[in-house]
Amino acid sequence: MARNSALRRDDARGRPLGAVQGRHPETEALELDRLIHERVRLGIVSSLAVNGSLPFTDLRDLLGITDGNLSAHARKLEEAGYVVCTKSRDGRATKTEYALTATGRRELEAYLAHMEAIIEATRTSEGEPKS
Amino acid sequence: MTSPVRELHPRKDPPPVALHDRAMDNLRYIRETMERSASFTHVSGAGGVVMGLVAIAAAGLATTASSATEWVTIWLVAAGLALGVSVLFMARKSHADGGSLLTGPGRKFAWTVTPPLAAGAVLTIALVRAGSIEMLPGMWLLLYGAGVVAGGSHSVRPIPIMGASFMVVGVAALLSPTPWDATWANVWMAVGFGALHLIFGVIIWRRHGG
Repeated sequence: MARNSALRRDDARGRPLGAVQGRHPETEALELDRLIHERVRLGIVSSLAVNGSLPFTDLRDLLGITDGNLSAHARKLEEAGYVVCTKSRDGRATKTEYALTATGRRELEAYLAHMEAIIEATRTSEGEPKS
Repeated sequence: MTSPVRELHPRKDPPPVALHDRAMDNLRYIRETMERSASFTHVSGAGGVVMGLVAIAAAGLATTASSATEWVTIWLVAAGLALGVSVLFMARKSHADGGSLLTGPGRKFAWTVTPPLAAGAVLTIALVRAGSIEMLPGMWLLLYGAGVVAGGSHSVRPIPIMGASFMVVGVAALLSPTPWDATWANVWMAVGFGALHLIFGVIIWRRHGG
């Protein structure tokens, strides 16, 4: 929310947000907010980008969150097609594993590029002489 | 006609966070999460199993030692061998995952594990010079366990649990009422460095890969 308002403030000043691979900088940035920008979801996607796939328990311990929290955020990413969830039997227990999809990886790369573009745009505007 | 109500204590919004600061913070978070998750899984289960086998072999060999110096030498050679095996297997696993032990997570792990191990090396020299060899098994197990707990604090759950188990065995060895006896010393070493490495190595191998 705070970021959204910050985005609007920057828009109002006319500062470029940086276009990423054909995305419209203003509208697409807000879309990224809803899916990847949230910290836990960003953590899930970043962890899976390194490991490809991780068991539920590893991901939970790594991010230091509760079972319910991880389930809720992972479901949103799953619905968006960014991660896939597979369940298998390990003895009596059910083993849940999450893996990053090609779409999820592409979106993370786009998000990274977008963040870098924002930083670059700020540097450029700070370097420009003030009228 | 009423005058407009004026707030006695007008609320002040917190100063807005600049967009580029937020972007840098996000990038930092992504990098840290990626580093943490890389170090999370590079501990090798297969390496742990081999280390356990080295320790059990050393325990068998140490029963034939004719002097305290020979006993210490056997275990120091085994420790060097196990360390080499550990590094080799971790490097192999991180390479298979497309990473390197020399990058951030590996370096951080090494820096965390090294101080207790270095302390153990210095104490080994001091205790051998003082003729207090009976303290060695407990001290080695305790400090190795402390290093594993610290190094594995951001790793998969079995790693810090393994470290804590080493510490428990180390404390038991140090506080054991039995007098110094090479057989007992070898038993503590085989239980700690042998059995614990084997058990946790298999667990890590099965759950998190070799």
